[in-house]
Amino acid sequence: MRREIPMIVAFVAGVILILEFFVPTLRDVASEIQKWYLVVVAFAILVGAFSLLRMNYMKVRGRRVDWPYSIVLIVGLFAMTIVGIGWGIEQGTVFNWLFTYLIIPMQATMFALLAFFVASAAYRAFRARTVDATLLLVAAVVVMLGQVPIGSIWVPSWWPDSLVFLTPDWLKDRIMNIFNTAGQRAILIGASLGVVSTSLRILLGIERSYLGEE
Amino acid sequence: MKFVRWLADMDRRIIFVVIAVAVVIPLLFPLGMRVKVTPQTQAVYDEVENLPAGSNVLVAFDYDPTAMPEVHPMALAFLHHCFQKKHKVIIMALWPQGAQLAVSAMAEMNQDFDLEYGRDYVNLGYKPAGAIVIKSLGTSFAEVFPKDMAGRSTATLPLMEDVSNLYDVDLVMDLSAGVPGITEWVLIANALFQTRIAAGCTAVSAPQFFPYLQTGQLIGMLGGLKGAAEYETMTAYAGKASRRMDSQSVAHVVIIAFILFANISYFILRKKREEGSGRPTTRPPTSA
Repeated sequence: MRREIPMIVAFVAGVILILEFFVPTLRDVASEIQKWYLVVVAFAILVGAFSLLRMNYMKVRGRRVDWPYSIVLIVGLFAMTIVGIGWGIEQGTVFNWLFTYLIIPMQATMFALLAFFVASAAYRAFRARTVDATLLLVAAVVVMLGQVPIGSIWVPSWWPDSLVFLTPDWLKDRIMNIFNTAGQRAILIGASLGVVSTSLRILLGIERSYLGEE
Repeated sequence: MKFVRWLADMDRRIIFVVIAVAVVIPLLFPLGMRVKVTPQTQAVYDEVENLPAGSNVLVAFDYDPTAMPEVHPMALAFLHHCFQKKHKVIIMALWPQGAQLAVSAMAEMNQDFDLEYGRDYVNLGYKPAGAIVIKSLGTSFAEVFPKDMAGRSTATLPLMEDVSNLYDVDLVMDLSAGVPGITEWVLIANALFQTRIAAGCTAVSAPQFFPYLQTGQLIGMLGGLKGAAEYETMTAYAGKASRRMDSQSVAHVVIIAFILFANISYFILRKKREEGSGRPTTRPPTSA
């Protein structure tokens, strides 16, 4: 029954939400299912937080690799929860202060490191070894130039319209609007077909990985 | 030849230092390069301009601090424009940290405008469940957000009296750094409820939304820091994006120069290797 009940719930909820598009009388039922879903997701967050706490507690207790970081996580989790519930999360509260002066700078710093790694990776990997790699390289350089003001300021005001196709701006627009869009659309259609097929497999009970099965 | 080999095997710490200098110097000494406005940004601007005063604009803060340097400046410029045009702003978030970033954005807006909470804007806070939240908003705001971020009943907020569901929203601006985000708003709000959607996103994710721009499912889009700088230019808002564009410009040129040097050294060494007068020293692509 531990397997059958979730499969029945998934089937009934999925079929009702699909039929709702075609049968207006089912809208109230579908709306009710959506409300349940919002509640379930809220509880899932609680379960996730509890699981995170438990995992890190076990790590500290067993003195496993990098266990001191787990202490930081546990302290942070409790600190933010207590100050958030106790004193609110609006402007001027302790929660907002911690968010503004700890969380924002720390997360922004992590992401900022990406610029250095991208530069280093581009230097080592972006080589014109093959025709495909060369095309990618040229497209990347054109888009990088066209994406910033410096790409257009070198074009003088007297530049003839007949030669506009030589400017990074023009080339970038063509790459993005034609080649990129065509490729993205193909990916989108392929992915959508994949979603339809996977959804059907879940509804029909063929795909069971969401139940923890292999 | 020694120099070419050194170039091919350049210590990545040198690259890091050069990039840091390329980013910091223009921040300290701005170059003031003019940003050219793209049609996508122009479309977002025109939409806000053409809405009658008092229109309901929903701004979704679907990003977190990692995307803040790119997306937050567009949030500020967009909110500034909305309040300039006297639109009502409904804020919500499908990302947990988005609602807090909205608090910070509104603190800046309150310095420029005399805004009253509940009348000029509301912050409904964060709600998990992504696409289902959007779909439920098509039925009722009150059911999805019975209380706002601070725990006040949304039924008591004057602004929400006129907003029953997504049909009452004149424009949605989704500021997104991933999933849930622009795709969900387009696929649910636009496709099911014909809501007009504009978007702002990181530069790296912008290319995937071009099909939606071509079909008109997205009326416009601010792509990355450049999109934010363009919007600041159009609205004459003195934000940070325009200044940061100088840094990005120089950094892009430096990265292109690095790529060029790497390829020159690669071809010289390859030629030498083919001639049999030197050992190849270029390494296969390694981790960053």
